[in-house]
Amino acid sequence: MAGPGFSGGDFKHEEQVFLGFTRTQLIAFVLMVVLVVVSPFYFYPVFLMKVLCFALFACAFNLLIGYVGLLSFGHAAYFGMGGYLAGHAAKEWGLPPEIAILIGGATGAILGLVIGAIAIRRQGIYFAMITLAFAQMVYFFCLQAPFTGGEDGIQSIPRGVLFGVFNLNSDMTMYWLTAGVFLIGFLLVHRIVHSPFGMVLKSIRENEPRATSLGYRTDDYKLMAFVLSAALSGVAGGTKSIVFGIATLTDVFWTMSGEVVLMSLVGGLGTIFGPVMGAVVIITMQNYLAEFGAWVTVIQGVIFVLCVLAFRRGIVGEIGNWLKVRL
Amino acid sequence: MAHLNRRALLGGAAATAAFGALPAHVARAQAANTVRIGVLNDQSGLYRDVNGPGSVACVRQAIQDSGVTARGVNVEVVVGDHQNRPDVGSTITRQWIDRDNVDVILDVPTSSVALAVNTIVRERNKIFLNSSAATSDLTGAQCSPNTIHWTYDTYMLAKSTGGAMVRAGGDTWFFITADYAFGHALERDTSGFVRAAGGRVLGQVRTPFPGTTDFSSFLVQAQSSRAKVIGLANAGGDTINSIKQAAEFGVTRRGTKLAALLMFISDVHSLGLETAQGLVCTESFYWDLNDRTRAFTQRVLPSMPGGLRPGMGQAGCYSAIMHYLKTVAEMGVPAARASGVETVNRMKAQPTNDDAMGEGTIRPDGRRIQPVYLFEVKTPAESRGAWDYYKLLQTTPAAEAFRPLGEGNCALVRS
Repeated sequence: MAGPGFSGGDFKHEEQVFLGFTRTQLIAFVLMVVLVVVSPFYFYPVFLMKVLCFALFACAFNLLIGYVGLLSFGHAAYFGMGGYLAGHAAKEWGLPPEIAILIGGATGAILGLVIGAIAIRRQGIYFAMITLAFAQMVYFFCLQAPFTGGEDGIQSIPRGVLFGVFNLNSDMTMYWLTAGVFLIGFLLVHRIVHSPFGMVLKSIRENEPRATSLGYRTDDYKLMAFVLSAALSGVAGGTKSIVFGIATLTDVFWTMSGEVVLMSLVGGLGTIFGPVMGAVVIITMQNYLAEFGAWVTVIQGVIFVLCVLAFRRGIVGEIGNWLKVRL
Repeated sequence: MAHLNRRALLGGAAATAAFGALPAHVARAQAANTVRIGVLNDQSGLYRDVNGPGSVACVRQAIQDSGVTARGVNVEVVVGDHQNRPDVGSTITRQWIDRDNVDVILDVPTSSVALAVNTIVRERNKIFLNSSAATSDLTGAQCSPNTIHWTYDTYMLAKSTGGAMVRAGGDTWFFITADYAFGHALERDTSGFVRAAGGRVLGQVRTPFPGTTDFSSFLVQAQSSRAKVIGLANAGGDTINSIKQAAEFGVTRRGTKLAALLMFISDVHSLGLETAQGLVCTESFYWDLNDRTRAFTQRVLPSMPGGLRPGMGQAGCYSAIMHYLKTVAEMGVPAARASGVETVNRMKAQPTNDDAMGEGTIRPDGRRIQPVYLFEVKTPAESRGAWDYYKLLQTTPAAEAFRPLGEGNCALVRS
């Protein structure tokens, strides 16, 4: 499965110094944390929260494609459904935001378990098509089910009060919650990838029959990775609906599945920081180029083509390759 | 494929980024006598012709016609494309209000986006003048003291098309309904008005949504019911496809009326009269309605994109801004900017009157009311010139055209 798009291979071995980070990764991580802490004082917090939600979504997606080599084309289902359930929990059941977000994650996990159990039986294009087919079913369910509000979506979802103490109606307080969720999700993905479990996942990506011959039940590993990825996507979707106070069909539509593929590709498949970079680039473009209207999608297309032709490792992958380090 | 020169690409990208980033850092100072209007609509997709740049042209015309500049009020317009996505629309709205000192959010087609904007504007105590969203929830369950719904809504469309059509002789109906909440609601509301006016509904067929492109079997079913009117309870591409296929079957030429429940004059323009003839639809504005609408159209036409004539959504933007600027000039800019609710209350207190939408009043629930018109699309032989598309079938007076004040379940009315 590993094509030139994956930045595995010929790097010098680096010792893991902290939390499974190599020295360069640790520097990059600290830099990222500093940026996350400092940027709300310079940029618009609501915009940054959107970036963080999508960054987490892209990290979750990257766990699957970057480290197991499974291209899911239906991740919008977990992201969108997580958003709907979290929104419904916060609005109709009056649950606090932290519980609502966890419900979003649980929704993603359960959906992922059901869809994943069927999809991982096939590989390559068949796997992608099965995930897409299920995502479309979820979309139709959301279109028809009464609790989703059809094409109006769930509106006016309250942000609520975190742990009964912090009022999230302030954008800055909401930002710190979002940043916390993102960093925990990011570290979780990093931990998964660098655990013995993650090593098995990578071996499946490189050569699945060989992993099987070594005695690993590869299907179980793939399903586990699928569920983890779906759960994190659900958390990202749930956080997004709390931030914006809305959950709508946009987030379950298949174009959302395409966007997360684009983010991972632009940032760098199979790099820890790549999806974050990809989310920053794509969301910034959508936001600041919005005045160009239809040209946004054209520009996105051009960037996609450029990445595939000239920067196959993605932005972060290319930087890592240039510096001869693994990022 | 030869290798692209990465160095050149990177250099070019860096130069572009540096160049592009410059204007963004210019601080936006705002003079004390300036109000800022944010036109938020679809600039690139499905509703570009219905709203899009045409709405912006109408806003600029309103600023000019209102004459407030001479009275010392400076008006600035910013434009945003919400791409019909609620998250994009709500990010732009928050950013406009929080960072760019925008006072009024205007237009906003697509109900899901409009409802999201409605909530944000209310939280921030600004003003939301909605011209182009259809949902009657904006003045119903989700009504807000900061919002005025200007031009039309689903209730008014269903009532005029359903009720007035029966009075015009179309007393038996068959519905072709898109099988989702919006289609069901349109069908339910319209059949209610058909029955109330003494008509009969002979049947309906549900078309899978989205994804239905072949409406022929549904049209045959509708024709065999021998109903005088086929109601299209769908929107956008579905409406266009069903109209085109009905034209191929010659449905309207055999005397059956086709009633589109959500349809705009720009759709008639792109379909052409050959296809659209005999179609019945409801609008609250038509450029060729009277001398005032013709005068308005003549003024704004040079700046309309692609020579389009304004439709009701765009005319509504003109009318709303005329009324808003009149109120601002009376209150003074600092007072008008201070509280969205206060300014909206002042706007509600006086009747609206402008060339595009004529006379109207704004109710306590935020619904602006005016007479509503049921039109039939002319045949190519009847049409005398460019954009001569409609003949008037029925006019519903303002007091009867909209949902009665007490029935919307709006909290502003109960209190």
